[in-house]
Amino acid sequence: MNINFKHEWIETNIGLMAVLTMLAISVGGLVEIAPLFFIDKTIEKVEGVRPYTPLEQRGRDIYIREGCYTCHSQMIRPFRDEKLRYGHYSLAAESQYDHPFQWGSKRTGPDLARVGGKYSNEWHVQHMVAPRSMVPESVMPNYPWLLSTPLDISDLSGRMKALRKVGVPYSLTQAEYEANVTKFGETVAKQLHIPDAQKNLIEQANFGNFDGDRSGISEMDALVAYLQVLGTMVDFSKYTDDAFVDNR
Amino acid sequence: MSEQKLQSQTVQTTGHAWDGDLQEYNNPLPVWWVYTFYATVVFALVYWTIYPSWPFGKGWIGGVSNITYVNSEGETKTHSWNTRALLMEDMNKATAAQKPYFDKISAMSYEQIAKDPEMSGFILSSGKALFADNCAPCHQAGGQGKIGFFPNLTDDDWLYGGSFNAIHETLMSGRRGYMPAFEEVLDGEQVDQLANYVASLSGMEHDAGKAAAGNVLFRSETAACYYCHTSEATGRKDMGAPNLTDNIWLWADVPAASSGEGKVAAIRGIIAGGLNKGVMPAWSGRLSPEQIKVLTVYVHELGGGQ
Repeated sequence: MNINFKHEWIETNIGLMAVLTMLAISVGGLVEIAPLFFIDKTIEKVEGVRPYTPLEQRGRDIYIREGCYTCHSQMIRPFRDEKLRYGHYSLAAESQYDHPFQWGSKRTGPDLARVGGKYSNEWHVQHMVAPRSMVPESVMPNYPWLLSTPLDISDLSGRMKALRKVGVPYSLTQAEYEANVTKFGETVAKQLHIPDAQKNLIEQANFGNFDGDRSGISEMDALVAYLQVLGTMVDFSKYTDDAFVDNR
Repeated sequence: MSEQKLQSQTVQTTGHAWDGDLQEYNNPLPVWWVYTFYATVVFALVYWTIYPSWPFGKGWIGGVSNITYVNSEGETKTHSWNTRALLMEDMNKATAAQKPYFDKISAMSYEQIAKDPEMSGFILSSGKALFADNCAPCHQAGGQGKIGFFPNLTDDDWLYGGSFNAIHETLMSGRRGYMPAFEEVLDGEQVDQLANYVASLSGMEHDAGKAAAGNVLFRSETAACYYCHTSEATGRKDMGAPNLTDNIWLWADVPAASSGEGKVAAIRGIIAGGLNKGVMPAWSGRLSPEQIKVLTVYVHELGGGQ
């Protein structure tokens, strides 16, 4: 105890104490988080997961803006009751292009990780405008303005460039585009090309007509397009039911 | 008093002195606390041995606890403990418990299931849960539907057929409703005539003169209503074209209109604007064949099965 080390050095030197305190409390985080970046199996190797199209990405922005995540999680846990109600448990791979991810930690409403394709576009629109007209016991607020507010796409490429900075493979150059063709196929790669983002968004919105109104592109178009793709990228019929057991 | 008490004890100090005489007592931790701490250390060692814990190279140490399960290929596998393997085990147990029922469901015909009292009890309870999770958001809790949006499943009026096979097909592949907007080919007067004719088919208040003209138009090549709704106006289930003679309404909100004129106006709106909704998702990718069979019988037994 009383060799050369003296507690007094730390206790009388606030700078040293701050550094040592930070080192001590970061140990817990480091040993739990850091290894995940080195372990091979952290992210499952599955086919089909791709970044969102410009329209879906704008829908996701609206999802975040309206605070949907405060009541809806996007994380199906590997429990029997959740599997029976929501479907296959969520994979890490499925949110690899989400920045930030929308896993959430509280469910006032149901989990939305696999809501894509479960209901028709029409149901989503009506449910967003007046939730209780579809689900009488719902406590969800009404979001009628989504239908009447035109989608702002003026800053679309800026938003995609920001995501590109944090690692989403949206392409700016021809070389990046070609890398995406190799990785995702041509159809998807075209959607990820930032210079064509506005054209792609308008095309997808007009073709899908998600809000049922062809007169313009509303925020509802984007949000429904986003909801309808959630959890649908991986085709689980290609995998055995224990294909991802080894990843944990 | 506390001062006296402190002085009476011989408590050591840490040996530090600030400002000349400011000292700090060195109070040892209570014994119970120290031993609890040692116990948590022992607990951690045991836990690390049993469950997956430490990262090791590009993987981790799995621990000695194993879970054995059977996968969808029928292979028996043993895996170190994790929640995904635990789910496999849970699902195995649940599947085994339900197997006698699901085996029977697979083997029996729809009619046999509906007649068997034990099986219909199983259908009623499991079908109710499946219906609540998957169907009720659109078709409502009791299957009564929603005018303007989703059809009533409890009456005997079916857009695509109410037989077991038709309901099964609807569940498996989904449906998509479509009617062209006739304002593009007809003028307002013609649409009004057709609306009055359709109102007359269900014995509702209408303008007889307009209805007579609408009757002719209904069968003409100009409007060609009979292509889908048939010349008797009883509809075609293969196209999802509704029966217009039964006073049952899905798209035009006729029941909500208080006056005869309002009811005709509701019908007029549909003829003019057409429909591109009525989408039912396909459930074959989301539910198992047994679950779809359960739902088929459940929906059939809601009251209107044919």
